Amino acid sequence: MWQTLRRELHPQGLEIVTVALDTAGAEAVRPWIEAANPDHPSLIDQAHLLDELLGVVNVPNGVWIDEQGMIVRPPEPAYPRRPTSFRRLDSARQDLVEGELSPQQRRAREVRGEVRKIRIEPEAYIAALRDWVANGAASRYTLAPDEVMRRSHARPPEVAEAAASFELGQYLHRYDGDWLSDVRTIGAENYYPPLDL
Amino acid sequence: MILKTLVVDAQELERRTGWVIKPEGACKGEVCVPLPTMTGTAQVDARVLAKRLSMPLLHDEVHDVWCLGPEAGGHTLSSAVLPDIVLPDLEGNPFALRELRGQKVLLVAWASW
Repeated sequence: MWQTLRRELHPQGLEIVTVALDTAGAEAVRPWIEAANPDHPSLIDQAHLLDELLGVVNVPNGVWIDEQGMIVRPPEPAYPRRPTSFRRLDSARQDLVEGELSPQQRRAREVRGEVRKIRIEPEAYIAALRDWVANGAASRYTLAPDEVMRRSHARPPEVAEAAASFELGQYLHRYDGDWLSDVRTIGAENYYPPLDL
Repeated sequence: MILKTLVVDAQELERRTGWVIKPEGACKGEVCVPLPTMTGTAQVDARVLAKRLSMPLLHDEVHDVWCLGPEAGGHTLSSAVLPDIVLPDLEGNPFALRELRGQKVLLVAWASW
């Protein structure tokens, strides 16, 4: 997905760097990276460096860095398009079954409900990106350092704790901290905050 | 940050979290948080960091492993200057983001999960 965009924008001075946050490391993500066969740097962040140094708490997140090494947009959702898994859930028919729902069906309905709250605007993000590549510091989508810091993820204690338990769970390959419970802990609107362009 | 013991190596702490242990305490960006008297600046007790820096400290009793989480409160970025980030590629070769100085960079974090 990013490779196509990179082909378009690299000649105009943009490089894309993808970083996989898989705690399981290179072997977990090798099939994806090899399938994408990117021209750009494709790195692995096993130890959550990006979380601790930049506040990247969710994926996919994008950060914009200018030619001087200044962050001009802090971590925020960066989708080239609405994820397939979400699109499938968006269009799933509700209430297929009359009467009592099984726990699995109840869980599925809750997940659909959470996913529907998630607003993703790929077209807006990509348009902003193109504007930045074309106009640099003159782009209205670049942010001053004060604004970059202000917008960077404010971390309430429960989010910090969720991040720690998520890291511990991944380290121990203990995935009982499943997607739905993480989303409930942090709140769908914080997990996928709306784009603020 | 996964810990096998409660004694945190200061260099490792800096690499993982950006917090630097100095005589005046733990420092990050413009902020310095005093720490109780230490014998040196090479190691710090994780419980002290947890308390003073508002970092969650979780313990998995079964595996006797700790996780020191990100600090709560404030904003994550204490500076708009990109930290010196070096990460490996698929083959384990380190790549420093500073090699891209002079280009605009879109850094995208993703995961297979």
